[in-house]
This record gives sequence, C-alpha cells and structure tokens, in this order.
Amino acid sequence: MVKVNDEREKVDESFFRFLIEAIKIAFSGSRRYYAWLLGLILIILLGAYSYYYQLKYGFIITGMRDQVSWGLYISNFTFFVGVAASAVMIVIPLYIYNYKEFKHIITFGEYLAVGALIIVMTNVSADIGRIERIFHMFPIVGTPNWPQSLLMWDFIVLIGYLLLNLIIPTYGLYKAYYNSQPRSWIKVLIYISVPWAISIHTVTAFIYSGLSARPFWNSALMAPRFLASAFTSGPALLIIVLLLVRHFRPEFREKISEKAIQTLAQIILIALITNLFFLGSEIYSVGYAQTSHWISLEYLIFGLEHAGKYYGVLVPFFWASLLLNLIAVFVLLYPKTRKNSYSLALACFMVFIGIWLEKGMGLVIPGFVPTPIGEIWEYIPTLMEIMISFAGWALGFLIYTLLIRVTIAIESGELRHLS
Amino acid sequence: MKDSRRNFIKKIAMLGFSPLAFKIPVIDVSFEELMQKHFKEMSEEEKREVIERLEREYKEKYGIDVKIKTTPAKEGVVWGYALNIQKCIGCRRCVYACVKENNQSRGSKNDPTIPAIQWIRVIRVEKAKLNPETKAKADFRVGFGEVRAGIDIEVTEHYYSPDKVPEKDYFYIPIQCQQCERPPCVKVCPTKATWKEPDGIIVIDYNWCIGCRYCMAACPYWARHFNWTEPYIEAEEINTNMHYLGNRLRMKGVVEKCTFCIQRTREGRFPACVEICPVGARKFGNLLDPESEIRKILESKRVFRLKEEAGTQPKFFYFMD
Repeated sequence: MVKVNDEREKVDESFFRFLIEAIKIAFSGSRRYYAWLLGLILIILLGAYSYYYQLKYGFIITGMRDQVSWGLYISNFTFFVGVAASAVMIVIPLYIYNYKEFKHIITFGEYLAVGALIIVMTNVSADIGRIERIFHMFPIVGTPNWPQSLLMWDFIVLIGYLLLNLIIPTYGLYKAYYNSQPRSWIKVLIYISVPWAISIHTVTAFIYSGLSARPFWNSALMAPRFLASAFTSGPALLIIVLLLVRHFRPEFREKISEKAIQTLAQIILIALITNLFFLGSEIYSVGYAQTSHWISLEYLIFGLEHAGKYYGVLVPFFWASLLLNLIAVFVLLYPKTRKNSYSLALACFMVFIGIWLEKGMGLVIPGFVPTPIGEIWEYIPTLMEIMISFAGWALGFLIYTLLIRVTIAIESGELRHLS
Repeated sequence: MKDSRRNFIKKIAMLGFSPLAFKIPVIDVSFEELMQKHFKEMSEEEKREVIERLEREYKEKYGIDVKIKTTPAKEGVVWGYALNIQKCIGCRRCVYACVKENNQSRGSKNDPTIPAIQWIRVIRVEKAKLNPETKAKADFRVGFGEVRAGIDIEVTEHYYSPDKVPEKDYFYIPIQCQQCERPPCVKVCPTKATWKEPDGIIVIDYNWCIGCRYCMAACPYWARHFNWTEPYIEAEEINTNMHYLGNRLRMKGVVEKCTFCIQRTREGRFPACVEICPVGARKFGNLLDPESEIRKILESKRVFRLKEEAGTQPKFFYFMD
C-alpha cells in the first residue's frame, strides 16, 4: 500500500515538469523585465568580448603587473563571497529562533547567495592565467593541494555552498508548486548551511590572513572583519531587492512585511557598527606602533610620498567608504529615516558601495603596496578588465533575476500546478 | 605492442591528422599538451614524450635545436647560496647573466607592452646617515626619526641608474628566490605545480601551473614573476641547454622564478650569477658537505637572512667579512 502511494506521489510531483514550467515563467514578463534582461546580456557580451582578448594576449590587457598581482577580479571575488555568506542572517533567525517574519523572504536570501556565488566564480575564473588547466585542481584528474592550500579549501566550500543554496530554496519552490509540504530531510541541509556560510567567508579571509609576506593581511582580525562586513553588505542588497519587489508587486507588501525589513535593517546596523569598530581597532594597533606594517594602511588612508612623487589612488576609496558607512549608521539609527523606504534604500545602497570600496579594492590592493622589496606601484584597472569583471556581476544579477522571477510567480500563486 | 601503437600515433601526428595535435583556437593549446600529466607523476617514458613534443615545438617556433634535460637531484646535496653584501657593487651583471642563461622574456623593442622579466632584483640601500635635526618635527619625534640605519628594505630603490657603481652613499642587496626550507609559495599552490626538490630547490612545472598567482602574494621576497603575455625572445638569444624544471621556454599565463640554474648546478657547474660576479660576492655550494666553501662562510662570517620573521628559513644567506 505504502509503496503504491509513493509511486503515485512521484508521478504526480514530477520535478522535470516543475523545471519546465519554472523556466517558462522565468523568461516571461513585462516589457521592462525584458529590457532589464537584455541590458544584462549586453554587459555580459561586452565582457565576453574583452575576455577573448585576455585569452588571446594574456593578462597584459589588465592593469595588474608583478607589483600588484591581484586586482579587480580578486576584489570582486572577495566582496561577493561576503554577500553570499550573508544568507545565513535570514536562515538563523528563521530556522533557529523561529522568527516567522522571515518565512517569505528566505528564498530571496538564499537565491541571492546563488547570484553572488556566480559573480564569485566568474571573477575568480577570470583571474586564472591558464583557465584550460583548471582541472589540475580537481581530484583524480588533477593534484589538488588539499589541505595545504587555502584556495583548495575555498574552492570546496564555495561549490558546497552553491549546491546548498540551489537545492534548499528550489526544493521549497518545487514543493510549493505542487501544494505539498516539504519533507523534513531538507531541514538537515538547512542546518548544515549555517556553519557552511560562516565557513566560506572565514576560509576566504584565511586566504589572506595566512600570508606572512603581507603584513597588511596577516592579522587575526581578518576573518571576524570579513564576517562583520558580509553581514552588512548582503542584507543591504537584499533589502533593496525586497523593496523593489514590494514596489513592483504590491501583493507582496503583506508577505514581505515591514517588520521583516526592519529586522534586516537592524542586522545591518549592528554588523555595520561592529565592522567600523574592527576597522578602527586594526588602524589603531598598527598606527600607534608605527612599525613598517603601518605603511600599507598609510598608503590606503593618506597615500605615500616617495622620491618627490605622491602615490594615493586608493585614498578617495578609503574616505568615501568611511563616509558612506558612517552616514548609513546614522540613517539606520534614526527610526524615522530607517522606516522610510526611500531613505532606507539609500542607506542600503551606501552600505553596499561603502563595503565594496572597503573590502574589494581597499583590502586587496594595499596588501601589495609597497611590494616586499619596497616598491610603491599604483594599480589602476583597465577598461577591458572592468568589463570582464562587471560581466561577472551582470551574469550573477541575470541568474538572480530569473530565480526570483520564479520565486515571485510561485509565492504569489501565479504559477501553481493544477490537478 | 604499446611501442608500435605509439609510433603509429606519432606517424599520424606527423601527417597532421592526429586529434592530439589539434590546437584549441584562441588559446592555441594542443590536446597533447593539455593532456600532459604532472611532472612528478610522469613515467620515464611519458617524460620522454613530453620532451620530444617540446623540442619539436621549439624547433617549429624558433627553428632551433634544443636539448631539454630532466636531470634529477643528486643524493646528499642541498644547495645553499651566500652573498657578500660588503663586496657587492650593484653592477647588475648577475641580473643580465641570469636573463641570458634562463631565457626570460626580454621585452620587445617593437612592442612596448611586452614586459621584460628579471629573476634577480638588486635593491639600493642608503648607508646609515645620522642627521639629527635641531627642531623637533612632532611632539614625540625629536629629530632622529629620519635616520636610515642599516637595512630597511621597505624603503629602497631597485630602479637606480647612476653613471657609475658603486656609489658612495649606498650599498646593494641583490634579491632573488631564497629557496626557502619552508616555502610559503609551495604551501599555497592549489595544484602542487610548485614544489621543493630533494636538493632544496623550489621548482615549477610550467605546464601544470594554472596561473592563479597565489604564490606571488605569498612570497616575502618578490621572487616570483608572472608572464603577463607571451614571452618575447629572439631565436639567436635562446640558451639551448635547458632543463624541464628550469630555463626551458615559458608560455603566457604562468609563474616563473630562479632555480639556482638547475640546468647547470645539477651537472656540477655554478649558477650563471655566481660565475659572472666581477667581485666574487656570490658563493654557492652544498650545505651538506662540511668542507664546502658555503659551510665555511656560514661558520666564520657574520651571516644573516632576509625577513627571518616571515618564518621561511631561506637557504640564501647574506654575509659580511
């Protein structure tokens, strides 16, 4: 008897059918929706065009050289690992503290991690000099240097995290599509995803903090700082997305409650203040001691003078980041501006840009300046490099758009299986 | 049986029909090259095949006959290097001898976007000068703050170009791969494409490196250099005495570094930089041999290593008489 039931269930709830319907709905929408998709595709094409040149002529087309050997790609990689990790800030309140307000935003958060991971992977792949040899990192066909190399660890945790954040929400939508309840095994995956999210950003921080050659990164505070900034930038982007969903689809104003958004804003506020505190703590320790370890930070904050020449392309980045983050703190602290959708969205935008400046360029580049033998050399990305990197962004946003299009369709009842 | 099959494939390859010889467009890499194993996992036979392929490719590209060796490390040998900074005059002859010996990219005259690669960088350091200022600059800096005493390699110059060396107010520290006993570059490499050989030399399999440049971030000595584009070298300038793990021609997108001239030292010759040094500042030898010159130096001179605090334990020593 039981067996028969099982089989009937399987026939009824075909995952394949769900997938087909989901893909159909993902590519249907208003004219504005198509314009958005087309815009993203155009950016991707521009990036692909530039990437062709990078493949053909090598990294000479980028602004990187031996002095600063990681640039915009690795900056964006680092930043978006943080955005991806922040999905945990919705999972923890919902599944551990049973905070019901997050029930309808969880899928948006988990899929945001997927989109962010696409940006992570495209950017880190763009930084590989011989991409055709990437299989050298894989077991059996390659020789992965695991557990020694943190890049191997990162590769493993990022793949795992991508799978978790694809499977968990997709399974939820699939069940919702057939109006049935998710099985409890999915809970296991959800609980695994909590430490896993922490791990992806910790491991990413360890890539940097384990290097004695680079005093600027060689700090025990690196991983905590990474997490604090992640829990700022990720929820900030999510709030913007949720506000947009509420704006374009008024029927979501109840599901995506004001309370849920306000809780997210509080999370951002706490993480933002923690992050600023960590930053201050880091600046103090090396700044007060004035050892040679201070020099990279000095380059970032004030710029350096050497042989009569001033070097300081990153100085505006640092101050803009600090200013944006500080203004955002006050906008989020003051209840009236926090509760107004427009000022909240603006604060979230400032936080997102502020953390991008701090964690992207502001973290990766100064680690290389000065070089280990004392050269001060300024890195400026080339247009082609920017196009390649931002094509990664566009691909991430494109996939995220398609995923939340399906989410919206199912959550609103627009797409349901009729039987 | 196996042999005849290989010959068969080879014959086809010569006719240009082999799928192995097919080159992937844009990146211009043949399947044969792509399918190649990690050097340490190759059998002797596979090594021979790879070498044959490389020699064939160099012949096609440059019209030269080269000999690529895979000479292994000798037992009972760990190479060490000592450099007398008291003697060094900063002439950079070592830099150019190294480039010539190790087939680095020269930097093209016609195309300024092709950068030259040098494995040795000589940094110029100001001799200790004490110029106390009478007026205090800041509250707790009473005028001695700008003293450059000794080695502060974070404020140095490696692009110096005077008419004559040595200069009165400076001394020089040539820096190249320090062949660390605990090499951070090897630790961080995701693919084991770089490793420490039994004779202590850190080598790279240029066909296994994926070009992620993590090793460059991890190196405290700026000893690793990346091929930002296809290296440029005139055919007549190529040193045809090559080692697979050393000075064979590189490709774009991979990292390279000093190997203590592995193609020379494994055959009992000195590295090119040792040979060329006009003042005899460079010493090289077997650290395991108590009678070697290098051991004598370590015992009797004032020896130091660069950036001990990085925990890398270099086998490259600096000394003074």
